[in-house]
Amino acid sequence: MKYRIAVMAVLAVAWTSPALAQAKDPTIAGIEKYREMLGDDNPAELYEARGEILWKKAAGPKNVSLEKCDLGLGPGIVKGAYVQTPRYFADAGRVMDIETRINWCRTTLQGFSEADVRKRPFGSADKPSEIEDLVTYVVTASKGMKVNVPTSHPKEVEAYELGEAMFHFRAGPYDFSCASCHGESGKRIRLQDLPNLTTTADARRAYVGWPAYRVSTSRVHTMQWRINDCFRQQRFPEPKYMSEAVDALITYMAQTANGAEYKGPALKR
Amino acid sequence: MMKTNIARLSIVAASIAGATALILAGCASQNSQSQAFPNHASPAAMKNATMAFKRDFQAKGIAGVDRLTTDKLQDVCNRSANNPSPDIAAILEHEELDRIKYPADGKLLGDWKAGEKLAQSGTGMTWSDNPEKPVGGNCYNCHQLSKTEISFGTIGPSLLNYGKLRGNSPEIQKYTYSKIYNSKAYNACSAMPRFGHVGALNEKQLKDLVALLLDPESPVNQ
Repeated sequence: MKYRIAVMAVLAVAWTSPALAQAKDPTIAGIEKYREMLGDDNPAELYEARGEILWKKAAGPKNVSLEKCDLGLGPGIVKGAYVQTPRYFADAGRVMDIETRINWCRTTLQGFSEADVRKRPFGSADKPSEIEDLVTYVVTASKGMKVNVPTSHPKEVEAYELGEAMFHFRAGPYDFSCASCHGESGKRIRLQDLPNLTTTADARRAYVGWPAYRVSTSRVHTMQWRINDCFRQQRFPEPKYMSEAVDALITYMAQTANGAEYKGPALKR
Repeated sequence: MMKTNIARLSIVAASIAGATALILAGCASQNSQSQAFPNHASPAAMKNATMAFKRDFQAKGIAGVDRLTTDKLQDVCNRSANNPSPDIAAILEHEELDRIKYPADGKLLGDWKAGEKLAQSGTGMTWSDNPEKPVGGNCYNCHQLSKTEISFGTIGPSLLNYGKLRGNSPEIQKYTYSKIYNSKAYNACSAMPRFGHVGALNEKQLKDLVALLLDPESPVNQ
């Protein structure tokens, strides 16, 4: 709440102050000022703190914590796990992104049903979802590390190729593909710069930009959410949460972004 | 423009019987050129993508899964990395041009003020949009149109002074209406939506946008 009031106050100042806004989009100017004020702080820290408690608390029908969850580096290892996903998990027989994997642990370790974890993946400002807290906790543990997603398992190659092909697939009423907005360098929609996700440099910047705390919605959004909202704007039907299709697109982006430094949850307009 | 139309028609006349065969041949020849498009997925990968879309997507709001069924134009653009051979492109463009429906009253110029409002609006056709509300033109999302609106996108070319540069003749009015109605009639794999063809914008809205681009009083031409 404190953060939301602060954001609103700063944005109000930005909108009414010509010196601050200048020729810039007042929202962008406001966020820059807000970032300055926060320093290294990010409201995502609240999510991280809640996520850590959830991670360590016994829960679910089996009443156990997630501390034995194997995120790819062995049971219980959280540090560095995020920057090495998506990856192939032999026990699940598929490539999973971090969110899919955490939910897999919630079902297999804690005994939650598939329906439980799919019920409300994306929260609201007033009512966050538990998975957003858990994801924020896990990704923050990779802060300062380099994105180093494995690329050699045949299923990882397959996921990359599927993601790449999906990225260029035009359909729907407006003939859009992901590439319509993210296939060329130096383009914008209105004043919003668009990363060219087929290039390493832009994919690196964009990939480490999620999960993020978004000032305009006052909450943390995960990469699963980001892909979902891209397809909304693409005028497509909805991609199923944690599906192979979504995880393949995340894999395509992550492998292209390999080598990027992960700085923790981002802060966005 | 006239010359292009004649050339296009003669190509169509010569190849109408073998159109499907030509398209397939065109795709095969494009695949051998795919090195020129490093991001162009192989036919097998494209097939897997089509299957993944069918399997892993669900209807939401007005966005049904029927939106994933591609038409012939989308198929050709997908298979050729948006670069079909000139003969295939000419056939597709002719087909798209043929589908354009013009106003019964013959008038193509509407109200530029309504057009400007429409150009500003980026809503419509997503699963979170109210289908009862009119769809926006989305113009400023991708194009510069006026000096007064500095928040414009750059995916499409600048349309500043569009009418000033081209005049306001019946031919230009018809071309402008047609381009917004179905951009693919002039560029088979254009990035621009086919606003009239898919029924996103109605006749009045299209006329208002034509006026925004051509009316000497419009901010586009100041």
